[in-house]
Parts: sequence; C-alpha cells; structure tokens
Amino acid sequence: MIGIEKLTKTFGRFKALDNISLQLEKGQVVSLLGPNGSGKTTLIKSILGLTIPEKGQITIHGKPVGKDVRYRAGIGYMPQIGRYPDNMSIEQVIHMIKDVRKEQADYDDTLYTGFGLHAIRHKKMRTLSGGTRQKVSACLAFLFKPDIYILDEPTAGLDPVSSELLKEKMAAESARGKLVLITSHVLSDLDGLTSHVIYLQDGRLVFHESVEYLETVTGENKLNKIIAAIMQAPKLLPC
Amino acid sequence: MLIRTIACCLLFTTAASATVIRTGPSAPLQDVLDRAQPGDTIILAPGLYRQHDIVIRKSLTLIGDNYPVLDGENKYQLLTVTANGTVIAGITLQHTGRSSLTDMAGIRLQQVSQAQVRNCRFINTTYAVYLQNSTHCTVSGNQISAAAGDELQSGNGIHAWKCSHLQIRDNTISGHRDGIYFEFVTASGVHHNLSSNNIRYGLHFMFSHNDVYSHNTFRANGAGVAVMYTRGVVMYKNNFYHNWGDAAYGMLLKDITDSRIILNRFHKNTIGIFMDGTSRIDIAGNEFQANGWAMRVQANCDNNKIRMNNFLGNSFDVATNGTLMLNSYTFNYWDKYDGYDLDRDGNGDVPYHPVSVYAVLSERIPATMLLYRSFLTNIMDQAEKMVPAIIPDQLRDNMPRTRKWNL
Amino acid sequence: MLTITRYVLIDLLRNRSVAVYTLVLALLSVSLLSLEGGSGKALLSLLNITLLFVPVITTLFATIYFFNSLEFIELLLSQPVKRTRVLLAVYTGMAFSLSVAFVAGVGLPLLLLAPALPSLILIFTGVVLSCIFSAIALLVFVLTKDKTRGIGAAIVVALFFTLLFDGLLMMLIYAFSDYPVDKALIALMTFNPVDLARVLMLLQLDAAVLMGYSGALFKKFLGTPAGSIYAAASLVCWVLIPLLLGVKVFRKKDL
Repeated sequence: MIGIEKLTKTFGRFKALDNISLQLEKGQVVSLLGPNGSGKTTLIKSILGLTIPEKGQITIHGKPVGKDVRYRAGIGYMPQIGRYPDNMSIEQVIHMIKDVRKEQADYDDTLYTGFGLHAIRHKKMRTLSGGTRQKVSACLAFLFKPDIYILDEPTAGLDPVSSELLKEKMAAESARGKLVLITSHVLSDLDGLTSHVIYLQDGRLVFHESVEYLETVTGENKLNKIIAAIMQAPKLLPC
Repeated sequence: MLIRTIACCLLFTTAASATVIRTGPSAPLQDVLDRAQPGDTIILAPGLYRQHDIVIRKSLTLIGDNYPVLDGENKYQLLTVTANGTVIAGITLQHTGRSSLTDMAGIRLQQVSQAQVRNCRFINTTYAVYLQNSTHCTVSGNQISAAAGDELQSGNGIHAWKCSHLQIRDNTISGHRDGIYFEFVTASGVHHNLSSNNIRYGLHFMFSHNDVYSHNTFRANGAGVAVMYTRGVVMYKNNFYHNWGDAAYGMLLKDITDSRIILNRFHKNTIGIFMDGTSRIDIAGNEFQANGWAMRVQANCDNNKIRMNNFLGNSFDVATNGTLMLNSYTFNYWDKYDGYDLDRDGNGDVPYHPVSVYAVLSERIPATMLLYRSFLTNIMDQAEKMVPAIIPDQLRDNMPRTRKWNL
Repeated sequence: MLTITRYVLIDLLRNRSVAVYTLVLALLSVSLLSLEGGSGKALLSLLNITLLFVPVITTLFATIYFFNSLEFIELLLSQPVKRTRVLLAVYTGMAFSLSVAFVAGVGLPLLLLAPALPSLILIFTGVVLSCIFSAIALLVFVLTKDKTRGIGAAIVVALFFTLLFDGLLMMLIYAFSDYPVDKALIALMTFNPVDLARVLMLLQLDAAVLMGYSGALFKKFLGTPAGSIYAAASLVCWVLIPLLLGVKVFRKKDL
C-alpha cells in the first residue's frame, strides 16, 4: 500500500532520514519506533506530504506522492499534538473537516459517540483538556473510513478507558484490511496490536520485521522486552 | 433780481429741456450722442449694436432697455467717457478686441468725476471698466466675466489708475487677469464685491493709500490677493477662500504699513496671510481655518500686532524665515494649544509657540514635507515641546486664549 | 477555500484580542470625534492612530495567530487540499476579520459622526493597511522557523515600517538636501505602505499646505488623479507581493 524508496531528507546539516526503503501492506499494524529525533515524525510527515523529500519516492497504491493531493483522502492522520482554533466548538471543527472533504458523505462516528464527544460538542476547543483534544483528533482520523491510518502517539494523554477503546478500534480496522501506522513511546500499549515493527535511529532504518519473527529471534513476547533484547545484541538480526 | 430770474429761467429751461431719447441698433449711436444735450437720457432699445469706439463727451445718462448688447467683434473698444457726471446702466458689453498697444476696455472713464457705471454686464471684455485720472466715480452692481487664457493676453476686471474717491461695490468679477486692480488710487472704497477664478489676483493694488475694503469675497484666484507698497489700508469682513497653489495666498502683504486687517476670514488657502516688509499692522479678530500656513511672517516685518484671532485646523499656524521676532502675538485662540488655565481668566498660563518644528524644518529643507504627520515627526514634535531646540522661542503668544473667539 | 475561510472567521471574530482591538479603536474614535466635533483635527488624530496601531497590532497579532494555528494547518494539510488553498484561506480570514475590526472600531464612528470623503479614504486606508500587514505577517510566518523568531521578526518589521524607514528617509533627505532628489524620494516612499497610506490621506486633509510645498511634486504627481491611482495601486501591490511570495515559499516549506 505504501512504498518508500530510498527516502532521504536533511534539515541543514542534520540528516533526518537517510536512504529509507520500506514496503507496508494492507492489514498490517506497523509500529514505528525509535528514540527522539530518530526521524519518525519526519517519515510520517513525508508520507502526508507535509515534508518535501529530497531524494527518493513515496508511492501509495502504486501512485507517487506528489502534487496531486487526492491521495490524502485515503489517509486518516492523528497528530501528536492536537491544537485547534480556540473559539471553535468540537462540532464546528468536525463540520469543518467534513466540509473540506466534501466528496465523502459516509462517516464512521464510532469514536465520536464512543468517546462521548457528542455530549460536549458545543464546548469551545480552548476549554478542552489535552486528553479531550486527543479524542477529537482520533475521532477525525477515523471519521472518513480511510484505507491508511497514521497515528502519531495516539494514546498519549488518553485515559485508560479511551485508550482501550482506541486500541480496539485500531484492531478492528486492521482486521478489515486497513493499514495502521503508529508511533508510540508507550510500547506496552502496542502489545498484541502490532504486526510489524520499524525501528529508526539517527534517520537510518535499523530493522523492519514482523513481530512473529522478532519473537522467535529474541524469545520474548513483550514488545519492550523484544526491543531491549535487540538493542543489547544487535547481531540477532541479519541486517 | 432780474438777473436772478433770468438765471432761474435758464436753469429751469435747461432742466426742462432734458429730454429722453430712444434709439435702436440701426441708428449710429455716436451721432445720437453727439446730437443730445448735456443732461439728456438716452435709452438703448434691446438688440445687437455692432458699433464701437463710441465717445461720450457730454454729461449724459445712457440706459439700456432689457440689456441691449454692444459688441466689439473681438477687435474694438466700446465706450469711452470723457464727460463728468455720465451715467451708464443696464447695458451688455461684449467681445472687445485685444491689443498689446492699447488696453481695450468695455467702458473707459477718462479724466472724469462723478461718473457712474451701474448694473452692466461685461462678457469677454479685455478690461471691463477702465478708470484713469478720475475721481468720485462709482462702479456698482456689474457682472463681469471673461474666459482669459493667460496672464499676458488678458486684462483686469475693474482697472483704476491714478484715481481717488472711487466706490466699487456689489460687482461680480471672474476670469480676468486681476479681478480688481488699483494703482495710485486713494481714498476709495471697495465693498461687497465677489472676485473669483481670476488668473492672477482677485484684488491687486499698489501705491493706493487710505482705501477701505470690506465685505468682499476673494475665491479661487490663481494667486489670491496681493497688496503692495501702500499705507493706511483698512480691510474688514472680507472672505479669502480657497486660493491654492505653490505661490498662492489668501493675502500677500508686501511693504504695507499702518494698516488694519480686521474680522476677515481666511479659509483653505495655501497661505492665509503672507507678510513681507510690513510694519505697524493691526491684525485682529480674523479667523484662519484649514489653511496650509495660516500666516507666514517674514523676518523683515516689525511692530505688527496679531491679536484676538482664531487659528483653527491649519496645517501650520505661523511660519517664518528668520530668528528676529519684532511682532507681537497676544490673546489669539490656537486650536493646537494644549496648555491649561488654572486661574480661569480665559488665557492659558503657559505661552504657545505657533511655529512648529515641522514648519521650521520644511522651511529649511522642503523635501521633509514628505514625512509630514508620520509617527516619526509626531515624536519630534513631542520632543520639541519638552526641550525646545529648533523653534524660535521668542515667537510666542504669552496670552493664548483657551476658548475660541466668537467672531 | 471559502469553506476554510468561513471557519477561520468563526474563530477570529470571537477572538478576545480582536474584540479588545475593536473596542480600543472604537473608544478612541468616539472620544476623539465627540471631543473635536468631527473636525479635521479629530481625523488627523485618527490618522495617526491608524498609521501606528494598524501596522503594529496587525503584524504582531497575525503572526502569533498563524504560529498558534500551525498544528491545525498541518491537520488541514493532511486532508486532500492544496497548500495554496489552505494558506490563502487562512490569510483571507485574518485580513477580513482585522478589516472588520477596523471598520467597526473606526469606520462606524466616522461614518456616523463625520460622514465625508476624507473619512471614507481613512477607512479605505485602514482596511488596506490591515490587508497589507496581514500579508506581511503571513510572509514572516512562512519564512521563520519557530514562533519566538517569528514574533521577533514581526516586531522588527512593524517597527521598521512605522518608524525606522521614515528615520532613514529623513537622514537621506538631510544628506541630499542640496540635490534634486524629490523624484527618488517619492520612488522610495513606494517601499513603505505606511508612508503611501499617509500621503494618500494627507492629500485629503492637508491639501492646502501640500500645494505650497515648493518641490511641487505633491501637486504635480501625487496631487493628480494619476498620483492617487499610483499610490493606491502600489498599496494593492503591497498586499499581493508578500502574499504571492508567502504562497510560493509555503508550497516548498517543510512543516
């Protein structure tokens, strides 16, 4: 679904992405991991077209990401920090995005009702807590039934109940053959959900493997343990 | 006794013989005039008279019936009066010729006294009424208009040279070189006239002492009003309005002495009053509103009193070109004054400096006007108010009024 | 584009800073106009306020607002919409709401208390300056990397156009006072929209004194309809150029 070929991006002297090639397929839940500044956000933004790559190419459904913005209709994006215009209500924000994506009239409002946003839909964005704003962001990402979900730290700041609801939603969507790409620091949140792991460091791809393979190689079954094991013994992996 | 009776009879017969003669366009007017007796009244029937260079040598009364038209066909002069006591009224005079040798006039009064020109219409005459060496004449109620092109080709509306005791009143003059022009005219009065849209000056006089000007309006003239080399001028209740241009004044005073300028209004002129070499003038009770400079007082002026005037909404109140201050400013109302009056006597307790920083700066370097009223210059103004460095400190009103004079 | 603009307006017209800005302008206008009775003096004070407040407040407020909206702009850009559309929509919303604030704060009192041609030109001036400095703020926003630098740049830009530029011009005038540089000076003034707006307004208010300016350029050029059209056209360019430049940079910008 998403093909990335030799993607390179530098900011001044800093190499954010260094010759990254990846292939992500439908039905996968891919965890994008790596320390701060490893290039996770740059990779996501490159897929979304927010960052312009220097070298390399990104294709979605075989079509290169470029000037034509229509490919984004197939992506639901949940940003790390959800900041919205202060004086708009939840309802207005949702209406606005719906108006921007006028072509699509078939909505998935499981999360909207599940998070109980309809009860507070008239509240102004400025009065909302960080968690509630995260809920709005999540709700927007899932609203248009896209084929690809890109979720940047989705569970950060969410209460356990909502976090669980969001994870269930992700699982359900991947079961329907959608691709879910997640970055998260809280690795325990991704357990049981993730099918593949991408690990980036200093802009370079360290590994991209399925969880099953990683479990066999390391003999661990918790994601944080797996990662720790690999970090201590990099030779476990062929690359 | 007999002699007296005869004299009476003679007088009576002369009076009784004063006849009324009616004439028309086809009859030669000069012949009619020559045949008439002094004191006769000649009535011109309506119509177009293509007759010119007519001389009135006897004391006659020439009256138009429903404005008969005397036409100079753009070549000739029309009427010349050489007899005392002549009256001309109700005639239209048009299209005199233009010449660089003679001043072509609609009506020329030549060495006469007691003559009158009343309620006539002058259309495109080079000079409408031209008075020379005449006294005690009246020019009143005339409508004088022309469409003069340039200063050299054109003449003046009412032109007087070496005259005295004239009365010029209720005339409307436009489109000439100067509306009213006086040279060596003394002891005369100019009242209730409207002089507008003339190429050069609405009123222009030189060497014309002891004249009185009142209730006149001078509007939109090329260079406003200019008065020069004269003493004993009295001007009151005149309006000087909208005289714009880089050398235009409401009034230009050049070498004027011992005069009074009272209760006039100066509105929307580039310069309200420009004073150059004037002395002992009393400028009081005038209103200066929305002028570029209300007054420009050159440093060669002395002993002038500027008092009890209103200065309202002028870009600059006073400008000067030097540092010598020999004139007094008192009891004026300045709308830019922001002092206080603690003792409530109607006069501000701190002096007002009517020359602003920018007036001084633009005097030295005109290009600084480009920055006029910018934030930068506001700062400069405020700074100058606190620490005066540029403006002439002696030029000030020690008794500025805090309330507008009711003029 | 209008879709997004509409929502930006919903947000901005309820913005507290915009409300305070409108209120302050309204208070100043009403008090000045009622004190001075709609005279030229009140209009001049309002002109000074317009020439100082509008550039400074607009630049600062718009820059801060754009940076605060950065995340939301990113969210919008993750939707299937073009960058140009989003940026122009956000700009339009900003320029429109600040113009509305000016018209409500200064325009309405003027129209009610001093309805005349100079008042209309002052309103036009304020609206155009709001549009210009919103566009300049947009350019500052797309050119700077983060909010702190952006606000710093906005302050410098606002100060430059309201004060520093005139200071430099003044120095030039002094330095070249013996040379005929009038034409060059007029050309230079084209590079400052605040000066252009001021001159446009002065031709209404201080026409008499400008006619007496012996350089005569005011009369011969700026005083003519052609001059006024030139000034107005330059002001329109001052909206378009930063805006197009901003769009151009933004299309390639990494967010």
